[in-house]
Amino acid sequence: MSLQKICEIIAAEPLTPHAYSITLEAGRIAEEARAGQFVHIRCGDGLLLRRPISICDVNGSRLRIVFEVRGEGTRWLALRGAGEALDVLGPLGHGFDLTGEKLLLVGGGIGVPPMLHTANCSGGEVHAALGFRSADRAMLISEFQQAAKTVAVASDDGSIGVHGYVDGLVREAAARENGFSAILACGPKPMLRSVAAVAAELQIPCQVSMEERMGCGVGACLVCACKTADGHYRHACKDGPVFRAEEVCWDD
Amino acid sequence: MIDQSVCLAGVTLKNPIVAASGTFGFGREYGTFYDLSELGAICVKGLTPRRREGNPPPRIAETPMGIINSVGLQNPGVDAFIAAELPELRRHDVKIIANISGDTPEEYGEMCEKLSAAGVDLVEVNISCPNVKAGGLAYGTKPELAAEVTALAKRHSTVPVMVKLSPNVTDITEIAKAVAEAGADALSLINTLRGMRIDVNTRRPILRQNTGGLSGPAVLPVAVRMVWEVACAVKLPILGMGGVSCGSDAVQLMLAGASAVAVGTACFTDPYAPVKVRDELTQIAQSQGHGRVAELTGGVLPW
Repeated sequence: MSLQKICEIIAAEPLTPHAYSITLEAGRIAEEARAGQFVHIRCGDGLLLRRPISICDVNGSRLRIVFEVRGEGTRWLALRGAGEALDVLGPLGHGFDLTGEKLLLVGGGIGVPPMLHTANCSGGEVHAALGFRSADRAMLISEFQQAAKTVAVASDDGSIGVHGYVDGLVREAAARENGFSAILACGPKPMLRSVAAVAAELQIPCQVSMEERMGCGVGACLVCACKTADGHYRHACKDGPVFRAEEVCWDD
Repeated sequence: MIDQSVCLAGVTLKNPIVAASGTFGFGREYGTFYDLSELGAICVKGLTPRRREGNPPPRIAETPMGIINSVGLQNPGVDAFIAAELPELRRHDVKIIANISGDTPEEYGEMCEKLSAAGVDLVEVNISCPNVKAGGLAYGTKPELAAEVTALAKRHSTVPVMVKLSPNVTDITEIAKAVAEAGADALSLINTLRGMRIDVNTRRPILRQNTGGLSGPAVLPVAVRMVWEVACAVKLPILGMGGVSCGSDAVQLMLAGASAVAVGTACFTDPYAPVKVRDELTQIAQSQGHGRVAELTGGVLPW
């Protein structure tokens, strides 16, 4: 059950030159949050649309978000400090199915934070494959080392971890570890497309978290349309953000 | 306690606040935040004779105090609405307005027949959607076509017919008069204003359809002006809408001539907006010494 709540900021800090971390006292929003869900945050009085932000972690009634500054709304959000309050709607969306003994969690860029919450929600063995553009954008690696059995890192420019993309890490992890029950991924669409292709090739069930420009966040306005393989449009905020990889239309 | 009820084309709403079509789905989502019976009426997501997938994304762009959308009437079709959504809506003590769009005047007639029989309280004939090629705005900008669609809808409907007017015209009173003469029972206005936003780096419009419909507080003064013009030109009751986000916005539309007021885009900022607007509107009417909120309608004192 989602709700709207004014949440106090407990801590706010930059994680990298581009990403910020905010921890909120979120009460039931935190307590009810499941892996892969998001919160919809109001960013000042002048912007009508809330900003959907994935849940990075939950600790009791505290909820942590990690986001990149992409535009006016996230710039406003990055300037908030401890003691201030945010208008939060959540938890929202259909999250990851964590069924399975052994999960491979894949995150790319700002798709990395929700995989930490996913790792912490999972009861089974978890392995992580994280991709970043470069070392100065890498984040949360030590937290993943606490939450996952193995953590592999790749970067587009080779400045941290393996020089390459996360789909390479997925192949390596699958070759090294026997029998992943599922691959769960969040990141930019081209990354999700290649992870889904590798998963299909290895015959491992795959779930992906999709992103689309969003309106209401609850499934009423129908703007955040994601095309599915059957040619229909479903919606990132309510049907997703997590879809089974084979449900998604990867053509565009 | 002040009497909040209003009358719209013979239908009594327990209060003047209506959830605007296209912003409220079929009520299921916002119904988890508050009891839908709090509202005067719900105008459901625009229906078409058959299921429509809508436009490719992105379908929304933010603008100063507004948004532009291009959803393209995604909906499950009128039959699926009647079978799966209407019974659920009927569990609440709230009037149901069915918003309809067709590709031909005959399609409007068919939908009116089905929806009247299914027991909706009112039909809102959408001749003003800016985001679809056929029907939609094409009917809303030509008086004779608007009249033709209205007449057919009236002929096939046993419930009151309200026609939703487009602001994308030179003289909205011309369309209003044509629709009134064709037998409309009420008018609703305004639909969205056509707009466009361009990403200066990619030089691509934000919306995949290039243009869309502007709504939100930015359009309120246009809505107030048009409601006032239409109220002066025709005798029909008006459901006013366009950028309402607080009680005084709603009062402005009522003073301009609206009998009831729809709240739409404001829900995206605050899911509770319709309920808050209702309470603030009631408060204003009460503080001005009214016994009934309906007394606000047409109360403007123009210079």
